[in-house]
Amino acid sequence: MSDKFTIGRRGLLGGAAGAAGAAALGLAGAANAQKPLVVGFIYVGPRDDYGYNQAHAEAAAVLKKMPGVKVVEEEKVPETVAVEKSMESMINMDGATLLFPTSFGYFDPHMLKMAVKYPKIQFRHCGGLWTQGKHPMNTGSYFGYIDEAQYLSGIVAGATSKSGKLGFVAAKPIPQVLRNINAFTLGAQSVNPKVTTQVIFTGDWSLPVKEAEATNSMIAQGVDVVTCHVDSPKVVIETAERAGIFSSGYHCNQAKLAPKGYLTGAEWNWERIYVDMVNAMKAGQAPGNFVRGGLKDGYVRTSAYGPAAAPAGKEKADAAKLAILNGSLAIFKGPLKDNKGNTVIPAGTSYVATEPKLESMNYLVEGVVGATS
Amino acid sequence: MQQALERIAVPTLALLASAIAFGLLLAVYARVDPLETFALMYQGAFGTWFSWQNTLTRAAPLILTALCTALPARLGFIVIGNEGALVVGGVAGAAAGIATSGASPLVAQLAMAVAAMVMGGLWIALAGALRQWRGVNETISSLLLTYIAIALMNHFVEGPLRDPSSLNKPSTWPIGDANMIGTIPGTDVHWGLVFGIVACLLAWVVLRFTTWGFAMQVIGGNPKTARMMGLDVGRYVLLACAAGGAAAGLAGMVEVAAVHGRANASLAVGYGFAGILVSFLARHHPLAIIPVAVLLGGIGASGGLLQRRLDLPDAAVVVLQGIIFVAILASETLYGRLLPRKREG
Amino acid sequence: MADGGLGIWGVPLAMLAGAIRVSTPFIFVSIGECLTERSGRINLGLEGTLVMGAMSAYGVALGTDSPWLGVLVAAGVGLLMGALHAGICQLPRVNDIATGIGLMLFGTGLAFFLGKPFIQPKAPNLGAIDLGWWSDIPQVRQALQVNYLFVLGIVLAFALAWALQNTRWGMIVRLAGESVDAALAIGVSVGRVRLIATSIGGAFAGIGGAFLSLYYPGSWNEGLSSGQGLMAVALVIFARWDPVRCLWASLLFGAAGAISPALQSIGVTQGYYLFSAAPYVLTLALMIATCSPERSLRGAPGELGAVK
Repeated sequence: MSDKFTIGRRGLLGGAAGAAGAAALGLAGAANAQKPLVVGFIYVGPRDDYGYNQAHAEAAAVLKKMPGVKVVEEEKVPETVAVEKSMESMINMDGATLLFPTSFGYFDPHMLKMAVKYPKIQFRHCGGLWTQGKHPMNTGSYFGYIDEAQYLSGIVAGATSKSGKLGFVAAKPIPQVLRNINAFTLGAQSVNPKVTTQVIFTGDWSLPVKEAEATNSMIAQGVDVVTCHVDSPKVVIETAERAGIFSSGYHCNQAKLAPKGYLTGAEWNWERIYVDMVNAMKAGQAPGNFVRGGLKDGYVRTSAYGPAAAPAGKEKADAAKLAILNGSLAIFKGPLKDNKGNTVIPAGTSYVATEPKLESMNYLVEGVVGATS
Repeated sequence: MQQALERIAVPTLALLASAIAFGLLLAVYARVDPLETFALMYQGAFGTWFSWQNTLTRAAPLILTALCTALPARLGFIVIGNEGALVVGGVAGAAAGIATSGASPLVAQLAMAVAAMVMGGLWIALAGALRQWRGVNETISSLLLTYIAIALMNHFVEGPLRDPSSLNKPSTWPIGDANMIGTIPGTDVHWGLVFGIVACLLAWVVLRFTTWGFAMQVIGGNPKTARMMGLDVGRYVLLACAAGGAAAGLAGMVEVAAVHGRANASLAVGYGFAGILVSFLARHHPLAIIPVAVLLGGIGASGGLLQRRLDLPDAAVVVLQGIIFVAILASETLYGRLLPRKREG
Repeated sequence: MADGGLGIWGVPLAMLAGAIRVSTPFIFVSIGECLTERSGRINLGLEGTLVMGAMSAYGVALGTDSPWLGVLVAAGVGLLMGALHAGICQLPRVNDIATGIGLMLFGTGLAFFLGKPFIQPKAPNLGAIDLGWWSDIPQVRQALQVNYLFVLGIVLAFALAWALQNTRWGMIVRLAGESVDAALAIGVSVGRVRLIATSIGGAFAGIGGAFLSLYYPGSWNEGLSSGQGLMAVALVIFARWDPVRCLWASLLFGAAGAISPALQSIGVTQGYYLFSAAPYVLTLALMIATCSPERSLRGAPGELGAVK
């Protein structure tokens, strides 16, 4: 249960920060008592992309239904000065007091710059590594340990695959992506140690033709389950379904796109985080500065099993889920080797999900075919 | 006098026609009130001091990248590699900034600017040279060079120049806060705007008042005549391309030194492509580039407000830009026909 | 081979498969543009036409459940976009390159604007012909899944090449492209010829877009085309205004695009960004190799201002 303790401690830090933030918030909070709380969402892509941005937009839609809350949204805002201006415009023209810039690249320098300029506004960023003392107190970051859901998906994939070859279409070799690839692979290896995961990097977050090409070239190499980490998994899932192989979703539930081959998938559930933060604001407190959580907190989940998922896999995934929930299973534990033969986690060491080292992962584990650069 | 009047009247008519076309699309398809939309756009682009700063910040890179098309266009060359020149300029600028990080800020900033301008200049000069000596079409080669530039940038940013602590947004090492060029005092607008305006003024002076400028006019008018007059056409082509590329490269350096503090994929967000539009709308006239860039910047600045207040998709402003662009180009045909004019000599 | 992997042989196979899958939009846009340019007009806006075609095809296929009707409508939309371009360029003093860029912006913007409701739903796709029935290797069979539009594209390329050389109609198009004066002298309306040629070129680009949204990758979203329409225009110059060479160039380009994923899939992982740039480097290199100041005009229509 060290897992819980860490979250608790961080939550405490967040609470202390919250007290300071609330003081800063002070007047604005009181003056706006009758006015609705205006919450701004900024997305890097179209908000109906069947993927990353949609997962956020779906949660934003839940906030819209809350009384006394007004949501303003902007889509396709590039990670440049444009996002600074979008935030500023939401503050100046719409009276937004809580902002959610949802793309990683918004954090540094753009959101931090705005946070210094508007100390009374609360900024919460998706994916960033907020650090006490280093970053302003009116900022914060939140993220979900989606690798836990990827691990479970990997179990189902490993148990269902006939060829023992899994495929992973990824955008860029960044820590968040590598962690997913590794968790997916480790999950699969937990049911079939011989499983390998082929990874292909397309080089960018939304390149449909390349994603389809990557999927097809992996199918040509005998891969029979694919998953992905790109902004919109739609193309990968559909291409897999058309080729008659299995697929595992990401970001949102894509079961509709692949009624035959969809096994399960790793989904975000941002609703919990957003509702909590909005409630904190309404209570006159600053939302948490460092919010992280996984399956246990309900920030991530897996899609309902598809008809093709192997029964053994479903069973083992359910068991693993229980173990993650009660804290008896750590995904990243030693001895763990990367795919170049180096030991990355020594024997006897076990990382809980909150371990900061996991957020700067720069290797692919043994069994992954591919390289990080 | 009538010519001057026409220069105002024709674009105004084109803008009016665009507004009507866009308004119809809004009213009929999107079912929003066009007048309310235009009022909001005005508010978002020019309605307040904040809006003005928003607009000018967005216009700044466009002014510089527009010169990349405008200068070669004076010789009859259509270069559309602006985005590539900006990207290589940004990466070179960042590399220079990292290399000189120990030096005083002024030295580092100068090094960054020079590196970016040289790299951007060489990039477009390459397209000019290929045209001049190998007969390779410069429009196509500069487009291809843009795709190559973006691939190279990604390679360097995620490989040799990567800062390992730039976790989920691969970037180069930072150039350091001390070396950032900051904003124009009293505003939020970075110095890129001033660089752009100065560059346009400089281009105008050179084109209008120097022998070089005159020679460029001759070449642009008729290259064969220019050759017969003994002008070294190749040299002028290279110079114009290099100067244009340098302007776009400088835009890349400004992105690094005034906005991001490092080079990463956010360099390639379309400022270069927008610069092509600005140049054509300005009819490749260096002074006209400034108001056109401000107009386009204003449309960009107002886009967010349309999304938030009217629930219009982001594409709405792209449609408007497209309509304006086509309308203004088509309106070229009205010159000399709109107003009765004395017979030309 | 028990596990179904092909190892290193997967690369050429993947490139062949990539050529077949990825090249079709290039084929349609480039032969359409080829026809347009042979009539003396350049249309850089085919990227916008392609995206409009993709959006409208998907929307129609969704609404009517008939993908082929979608293709037809995409062709119609492309025809209109082409006619719009031709109509504007016909006005005196209007620059066709700039108008093309304007229409590219307009087309993509409008497609995104009108296409919002089609991103989520799933439309029926175009089918494929199985040309790999003779093989036992699943990869070969998969590679030889050929779409009808690909076959149509090949046929059209040869048909257009033949027609331009051997029919009265083809000669009129070439005449309008070579010399306006000569065309006027024998009473050909250059404007009408170019209007028709540009409209047909637009229709082809629209079909290319339908292929993207209805077959490969087979769905509609805003990132669907990453510049295929613009690159196809470059291919025409690369192919020296010959429809059959456009076909080869498109296939080459499709194959080059498949290099990066194919190499990664067999474990060659270094520098994939550089491999992604392969098609562009290749095109540029071949342009440099085949052009020279004296020969740069060979094959180029005399009236085509953009490439003089």
